[in-house]
Amino acid sequence: MQYLLLIYHNEQQTAASAAAANGDMRAEYRSFTESIAKSGHYKGGNALQPTNTATTVRVRNGKRQATDGPFAEAREQLGGYYLVDAKDLDEAIGIAERIPGARTGSIEVRPVLTVPMS
Amino acid sequence: MTVRLEQEIGRLYQAESRRILATLIRLLGDFDAAEEALQDAFSVALEQWARDGIPSNPRTWLVSTGRHRAIDRMRRDARFVSQLDESGDALTVDAADLPENESGVEDDRLRLIFTCCHPALAPDAQVALTLRTICGLTTEEIARSFLVPVPTMAQRLVRATGKIRDARIPYRVPPASELADRIDAVLAVVYLVFTEGYAATLGDELVRRELCGEAIRLGRLLVELMPTVSETSGLLALMLLHDARRDARSTPTGELVLLEEQDRARWNRQQIDEGVRLVDASLRSARVGPYAIQAAVAALHAKAPTPADTDWRQIAALYALLLERAPNVVVELNHAVAVAMVDGPETGLLLLDAIEARGELRDYHLLASARADLLRRLGRTDEAGKAYEAALGLVLLEPERRFLERRIRELQSHDSDRAQARS
Repeated sequence: MQYLLLIYHNEQQTAASAAAANGDMRAEYRSFTESIAKSGHYKGGNALQPTNTATTVRVRNGKRQATDGPFAEAREQLGGYYLVDAKDLDEAIGIAERIPGARTGSIEVRPVLTVPMS
Repeated sequence: MTVRLEQEIGRLYQAESRRILATLIRLLGDFDAAEEALQDAFSVALEQWARDGIPSNPRTWLVSTGRHRAIDRMRRDARFVSQLDESGDALTVDAADLPENESGVEDDRLRLIFTCCHPALAPDAQVALTLRTICGLTTEEIARSFLVPVPTMAQRLVRATGKIRDARIPYRVPPASELADRIDAVLAVVYLVFTEGYAATLGDELVRRELCGEAIRLGRLLVELMPTVSETSGLLALMLLHDARRDARSTPTGELVLLEEQDRARWNRQQIDEGVRLVDASLRSARVGPYAIQAAVAALHAKAPTPADTDWRQIAALYALLLERAPNVVVELNHAVAVAMVDGPETGLLLLDAIEARGELRDYHLLASARADLLRRLGRTDEAGKAYEAALGLVLLEPERRFLERRIRELQSHDSDRAQARS
């Protein structure tokens, strides 16, 4: 079964931390990604540009509206994700807790909906 | 069909339905399908046993009948197509997965408890699901116990079983690395059921009594299933000892009776004896946990023939131990009260000052009323009166309010007695 692990963090805090700390974080992410690739859990994943690069799109009454920024103001923002294969929720939680960002932000674990083929 | 057969099946349902359900959940991987399968199995039994007689192992028969019925149902039901694809093998293998011995059955029950109390479920959902699947309470009964409309409770249960299925919360006893935390979560759920039932006069007395009864039954089940975990005995002891005082802690009109004013003859001796035995056993374990320590405090109260015989020295020491294990400001308050009983009200007041200086428990009426009580014992009547008034402004429950009002009246009449004596 596949789970999407959504990594939330406080962008302002991350931006404010020292360049060296962010460098360490990147190294940690690299080795974490390697480890879950080796164990066969890794299906995909990316870090995202900060929310000031985001655009929100809606279609209302057939008309497109594109606006600046994320949909809602929140304390934590989506900063990246992993898509992993895990046998159950406990295994997915076990992977999520090892994501470096879990120590400062939070990880939302979402099972991927599988639509049966008709 | 004979009346005797119906009675026999009724008895089997009482005694075995929860065990059968636990095994069916493992076999089918779906709570709702297992619940349906359980009902199916019993209705098939009513028909077939009237004709063929009761099988030699009714439980195994019911599990395997329930399972076959469920598989038929799943095959007809498009909803489950994908699940059938994934678990098709498991569904076609027969009898191999049926638990043959008692320990296999008990393993399924333990798995069920850990799944119902999985931290990925909201606490209120954990409680509801535990009462529904492990205790077999109906949705209506659970709704009534928690003063929640039935549709709300039904939805809570549907959401919980839906999450177990869709997020694939595993059905297993957690591995050793996680076991301690997960056991704590299970104990917390059982204790929550108990405290909900024990909470002073919220809701219907009879319903609350049943809730405490269910919590104690769950406690016994945990002791039976995890005999080596000493906190299971600690929790059961704690619940038994508190529940033993139930009849004495309120008057027929619902007036709260404080521990020191309770008629100790009305305490349930049998429950106290059992609780004390469990406390003694769990205190001998290498790692004494918070439930066992609290139970030990309750046991000391229970063993004292009169309030004056209470071993406050030991109670103060137990609270100090509890503070060391699990720092908590309410425990700190209890510790201060116990110390005041040993070393005098002044020492107790100093400890209360320390809590207040940190700005904690400002809105907690028991801190104000503890202070009031110590001031009263020191004869500082004016200050005591003010503290009781402060407590009165914070109290939420009616019987506690009446108790505080009575205390204030007593202080005033005490004052006027003295005034008269002087004149």
